[in-house]
Amino acid sequence: MRRFGLAGWTVLGLAGLYFIVPLLMTVSFSLWQGHGNYGFDAYRSLLARPNLLPSLIVSIELGLATCAAIVLLLAPAMIFMHLYAPKLRPVFEFIAALPFVVPAIALVAGLSVLFTGPDWLIGTPFYLTIPYFFLALPYAYRAIDVGIRAIDLTTLTEAGQSLGASLGQIIRMVVLPSLRPALIGSMLLSFAVVMGEFTFANVLLFHTFAVLINEVGQNAPTEAAALSTLSFLITWGAMLGVLMVGRGNAQLGGAR
Amino acid sequence: MSQAATTPLRRDGVVHKRPASQGVAGLILPYSVIGLFIALAALFMAAPTVMLAVQSVTDDHGFTLKYLEALGGDNIVVAFRNSIVLSIASAAIGVVAGGLIAYFVISPAMPITLRSAVTSFSAVAANFAGVPLAFAFVSTLGTLGMLTQGLRSLGVDIYGLGFSLFSMTGLTIVYAYFQIPLMVIIITPALLALRTEWRESSENLGATSGQYWRMIGLPVLLPSLISAFILLFGSAFSAYATAYALTSGNIALLTTEIANVLSGDVSSSPQTGAALAVGMIVVMVGVLVISAAFSRRASRWHK
Amino acid sequence: MATVEARGVSKSYQGRTVLASLDLDMGEAELICLLGPSGCGKTTLLRIIAGFITPDTGTVHVGGRDVTALPPAARKMGMVFQAYSLFPNMTALDNVRFGPRVAGQAKTEQVKRAGELLDLVGLAQHRDKYPHQMSGGQQQRVALARALAVRPDVLLLDEPLSALDAKVRLQLREEIRRIQRETKVTTVLVTHDQEEALSISDRVAVMNGGKLLQVATPSVIYRQPADAFVARFIGLAGILPGVAEGAAVRMSNGTILPADAAVAHQSGRSVEMFLRPEHVRLQRMNGHVPPGALAADVQEATFLGSLTRVRLRLPELPDHAGLWADMPSEHAADFAPGQRVTAHWHETSPHVIAVEAAQAS
Repeated sequence: MRRFGLAGWTVLGLAGLYFIVPLLMTVSFSLWQGHGNYGFDAYRSLLARPNLLPSLIVSIELGLATCAAIVLLLAPAMIFMHLYAPKLRPVFEFIAALPFVVPAIALVAGLSVLFTGPDWLIGTPFYLTIPYFFLALPYAYRAIDVGIRAIDLTTLTEAGQSLGASLGQIIRMVVLPSLRPALIGSMLLSFAVVMGEFTFANVLLFHTFAVLINEVGQNAPTEAAALSTLSFLITWGAMLGVLMVGRGNAQLGGAR
Repeated sequence: MSQAATTPLRRDGVVHKRPASQGVAGLILPYSVIGLFIALAALFMAAPTVMLAVQSVTDDHGFTLKYLEALGGDNIVVAFRNSIVLSIASAAIGVVAGGLIAYFVISPAMPITLRSAVTSFSAVAANFAGVPLAFAFVSTLGTLGMLTQGLRSLGVDIYGLGFSLFSMTGLTIVYAYFQIPLMVIIITPALLALRTEWRESSENLGATSGQYWRMIGLPVLLPSLISAFILLFGSAFSAYATAYALTSGNIALLTTEIANVLSGDVSSSPQTGAALAVGMIVVMVGVLVISAAFSRRASRWHK
Repeated sequence: MATVEARGVSKSYQGRTVLASLDLDMGEAELICLLGPSGCGKTTLLRIIAGFITPDTGTVHVGGRDVTALPPAARKMGMVFQAYSLFPNMTALDNVRFGPRVAGQAKTEQVKRAGELLDLVGLAQHRDKYPHQMSGGQQQRVALARALAVRPDVLLLDEPLSALDAKVRLQLREEIRRIQRETKVTTVLVTHDQEEALSISDRVAVMNGGKLLQVATPSVIYRQPADAFVARFIGLAGILPGVAEGAAVRMSNGTILPADAAVAHQSGRSVEMFLRPEHVRLQRMNGHVPPGALAADVQEATFLGSLTRVRLRLPELPDHAGLWADMPSEHAADFAPGQRVTAHWHETSPHVIAVEAAQAS
């Protein structure tokens, strides 16, 4: 039985201060109206901004589009790889690790060299779905991979086939339901990543939620604090979802 | 698809490693999905990376090394140094503080509610980064931040004492906010994998707690610690949003320098940006190679 | 090489009693097995002796010295766990010399000692292997050598064989006994495997519900179980419930069956008669049931090699009555399922235990 002494409480207490103080300060700063007055002015003027809603909607749309790409492309590709082409596993692992070796800013640089058109592709914010897919890839890949390993896909498929089910039936009735927690987890993670993503949007000049926070922060610090608070709540919501469906397996996003 | 009912058992009773054949038609969909994924990765991940490499060594007249040589320039060297120092410092803080927190949190004496609170908070904080994080710290420790003002009213002027949120120190403090929880999340499974039998055996054989950690605990954890450090290094090294929102480019970092080139804020050629990006990738690959070597040494006892 | 005395040891967790004021005495160089179903408290007792758990009450003395307040590291005990206890980052040799090493012995001394012990467990040629390169049985041998390297006063084995396959388990069991005899170290072995306990121990301590029910040599445990639990738990026993009547027991259908041991009980007392399968003889029914015999049907015959074990159905007795009979396999053809038989035994064979009021079913 290990003892939990003074050292433990000191470390956790200091860590608690370091992590909670900025949050409290941000919330109270967002309520600060100068000269000792507190109120919801910052939130009111934030809501009055004409560009708040459009940028929030763009970010949410991008988040949903990225989730769709994860579920409709990444998950099926991984399932099929496990079933039909396990030799491609190293290739998949390599692809999933690439975004880690190639920092987002380097990828932006490369993409802008390579693609200068056509306008229907790079001219709309949905172009961002492509880099966001790769940004979320390492985290989504991990989550889905853990899910697939946990269910022993091959045995499940064989069991289904021996009972006379077609591949389509097996995927629909057996594989997807048992992967649901992993899929929901990877979607929430990807959503959180996209909601906070700044690098691509800022460099490629798209007006997303994170870009808005930055813009607001340059001239209206209390409103920026209000936006930070909102953003924290969004992250909190997404992670709470991940923790709930993932039975306590915390995962990492990457909006740094 | 009519053959779907084929039994997965061969006549000799050996189970197929893969599902029984679906016929050629049944394989078109799976392989095209796999193909599409790989093609997208090639087009939008691999190709841009290769393009960067190519662009960094070409100008209007063909092959040149001048852009790569320009990486030796004073301000670029500063950016490299800042990025690497910041990444190492914040990763080191993250590994030590996050490791200690995780160690105390998984202690059996820890109340279970506190334990799950720390776990879920870590998940949130590790993902709470970028611009919102920067502004949270501006609200706290900025020149007008609540904590700065509070301390000032108590007679402590931290800015007067030489502190600045917009310095390397400040950036390190801010980065620690996502690095520490990241470490908690990464290292907790490794700590849980340390078997109680090892600890009890060592105790039973007369070892002190210090001897246990020095001779068993840390050596067994070392590969996990190395890869955690690399992950943290990478997460700080490629961080852009936090630094951009906080310093507005006052501190030269590789990521902000590249962004400046890309957005035309400075009058350098795109090739310089490409060379910088290649430099970043080289640093990351170098760090990975070095760590892989260390890791192999540290885990030679491993399967 | 020391005596071990546990006195009045009790432990409870959140109101649940795991050990209820228990006493255990061990002689020098004795090997005792703590045997019982899971949850009976045997592992808790072992861990209290080792010092990993502090008892709520009671003391532990080793060689006359009170060690109750000492931490595990100061107790001079070697412990072997169920599995996976070898340090994964050390070779077999480094694992074995760990104890001498932290005790500050000279390196040549450590290596010499470790080499001797690896010899003793027959793994001298595997000294440079890492745990993951060894089989489960080899790992447990190294763990045993490691525990012995500190020259412990007491050796504690916590189900050391339960993670191994049957064949290895048998080999290692004999080897543990041999090594224990050679080193003469007082040894406590926890197990839930009665065959293991009976074959290896000087004495067996049967535990249930946090209590020691009986501490005795294997043959006494087998022949004279102290109570109904021990009789049921150890070996296979037929159970015939009835009422004591002199040197016999009367069944619920009126049959009177011989049992010398019944004289120890007051006539009219509810008792259970326990019969080992090897004591029960069968004859094919030829019209009548002789006095002192019991009518039965063969329910099932299981071929066990030289022996065949016959399970009997007792249609006239209550459901929880049961009986088995062992016979040489060459006679088994006469006793196919469905055959009507009579069962009888020597009057000294049955063991008779009074039924406690609470247990009466």
